[in-house]
Amino acid sequence: MPPKSENPLQFLTDSRVVIVAGKGGVGKTTVTAVLARAATDAGLRVLVVELDGKSALASLVGDDIACLPLTPTAALAEYLDTHGLGRVAKRLATSGVIEVVATAAPGIDDIVVLGKIKQLEQSGSYDLVVVDGPAAGHAITFLMAPANLLKLVRGGPIHSQAVDVADMLNDPTRSQVILVTLPETTPVNEVIETAESLRDDGGLRLGPVVVNAFDEGDDLPLDRATPGTPLYEAAEFRNARRALHRQEAKRLAEALDLEQIRLPLIAAQSLDPDAIQGLSQRLGARRE
Amino acid sequence: MSDLEALISTADVVVCCGSGGVGKTTTAAALGLQAARNGRRCVVVTIDPAKRLADALGVPGGLTNDPIQLPIDEPGELWALMLDAASTFDGLVLANAANPEQANRILTNGFYRNIAGSLGGTQEYMAAERLLALHLDQRFDLVIVDTPPTRNALDFLDAPRTLARFLDHPVFKLMMMPTRRGLRVLSIAAQPLLRSIGKVIGTEVLADALAFFQAFDGMETGFRNRADEVIELLHGETTRFVLVASPRVDTIDEARYFADRLEDKDLVVGAIIVNRATPDFGEPTGKRPRRLADAALYDNQAQLHALAVGEHAQIAPLVTDTGRQPTWVRLLPGDVHELEALDTIRSLLFTGSAAAQPSR
Repeated sequence: MPPKSENPLQFLTDSRVVIVAGKGGVGKTTVTAVLARAATDAGLRVLVVELDGKSALASLVGDDIACLPLTPTAALAEYLDTHGLGRVAKRLATSGVIEVVATAAPGIDDIVVLGKIKQLEQSGSYDLVVVDGPAAGHAITFLMAPANLLKLVRGGPIHSQAVDVADMLNDPTRSQVILVTLPETTPVNEVIETAESLRDDGGLRLGPVVVNAFDEGDDLPLDRATPGTPLYEAAEFRNARRALHRQEAKRLAEALDLEQIRLPLIAAQSLDPDAIQGLSQRLGARRE
Repeated sequence: MSDLEALISTADVVVCCGSGGVGKTTTAAALGLQAARNGRRCVVVTIDPAKRLADALGVPGGLTNDPIQLPIDEPGELWALMLDAASTFDGLVLANAANPEQANRILTNGFYRNIAGSLGGTQEYMAAERLLALHLDQRFDLVIVDTPPTRNALDFLDAPRTLARFLDHPVFKLMMMPTRRGLRVLSIAAQPLLRSIGKVIGTEVLADALAFFQAFDGMETGFRNRADEVIELLHGETTRFVLVASPRVDTIDEARYFADRLEDKDLVVGAIIVNRATPDFGEPTGKRPRRLADAALYDNQAQLHALAVGEHAQIAPLVTDTGRQPTWVRLLPGDVHELEALDTIRSLLFTGSAAAQPSR
């Protein structure tokens, strides 16, 4: 594992764009909010970009952090407009051609979205743009879209957009991907595969991997309870869960040469800005 | 007979929906195992390219696009496959082409390869298509589908129609429109709209698209008829939908969203399964002990109890929405990635609500 940096939040200043990616259900949105909160509290000007249209983030991060929901349709329209193709944009919109265009050149929707993120990166208005990446298995497709499109399209404005976006994604001083997982067998297997694919095939920089909902704590003293009692069984269950979490985090560390950030399991099932604040303070204090 | 038991004995098609990380794939596999126990010949289809189903079933080499039979000791049979959308689409083209030349022109077209591989909705459509093919396959009497863990998983209900819409699309019509000389539009330059699109995406991509639409000519009817059959099957009396959730606000919201969409389509939720529930060991008895080690044990039982109570409260809106009582499956200490562990889930599912209680 690389040596631990002096400042645990150092990675947030290593690049201006941070893309948070992970399978559904691992707490990607929570982690996005936590990173945004930690960076804001460290004095950075932060923008949160939301891609899946759920707009859950605004209520999580608090009022002092800017949130921007971004859809492919809006990004494409804006792109065409700023490239002097406003008339085309109107035509495409009115005839409903966008889906056909996106079919002809797959990934075009991802590229205009990434292009908008690049524009925000370059605007100088923000020190950090945190992107709550697309859900489920779409993260790889999304991040590899520029590389894949460049194989298909050899000219035109979308081609140059793809080149610009690929430059940003492949420059470790401009962007990094933060992968999120849970300390369980299948999520760990999946994050290892995703990491290898993004790094080796995509040439992307990977920041620390976040292990979310880690149930930390010492083993409960089973010898102080009577076997067969609810007290004993509850402790046995908890110990088994914690053992699994430790084992899976260790396996992840052995398989992936990335720093690990462990966010504790919190009892609250619905999150609010206070819970996010609490987690973000742990982020600065806890590193493995 | 529980909702689940009834469903698994009478349905011909079971569709599992829910957001990611709720144990949907494991559930689909466990339902299949129970069906096999009841003597049915069941095939489980996963659309998720992740190896979850292979993991859950303990298939070492992974799954393929063709069903493989699993080595279980039950009266019935359990088969599994992982959908390969591209090869399924190829099969449809081959079946509907007028001659091998037409099929070949389509299969080698760049635009077609993009559609088959990555067009949003294609995977869903192919899933629906495959569902029909497996339903008609004499080897199986129950097909269980594990939908992808995305919000648009239910798009496959619309997918057959989406394809039909695609064929009716203005651009498609434009490209297929006979010109005055009775020829189809061959030149991009001939159409201002196409010129505009070409400006943005590059003309070579567009040329491929045109070639595809021309090659596709005449195959629409076959595709449309097939789509109608798929729609009929999804709405059929023997097709059932199962909502899978875990007791967390976001997955419950997703389940409610799915329930809404099903209701919009006059489709009925056959059963609700809540996975990964915190086991409830009850409230700790007596006063909190003073000794640190004993207090830790006491607190742990109290924490788990509070979590379990909170989870039941969170599920309540879904129960109200659907009028179905969920089957609870408690969180296991470990992961499910072998047939033996899968059998544990199966028994938790089919021994009723006691599954949420600790085994004493």
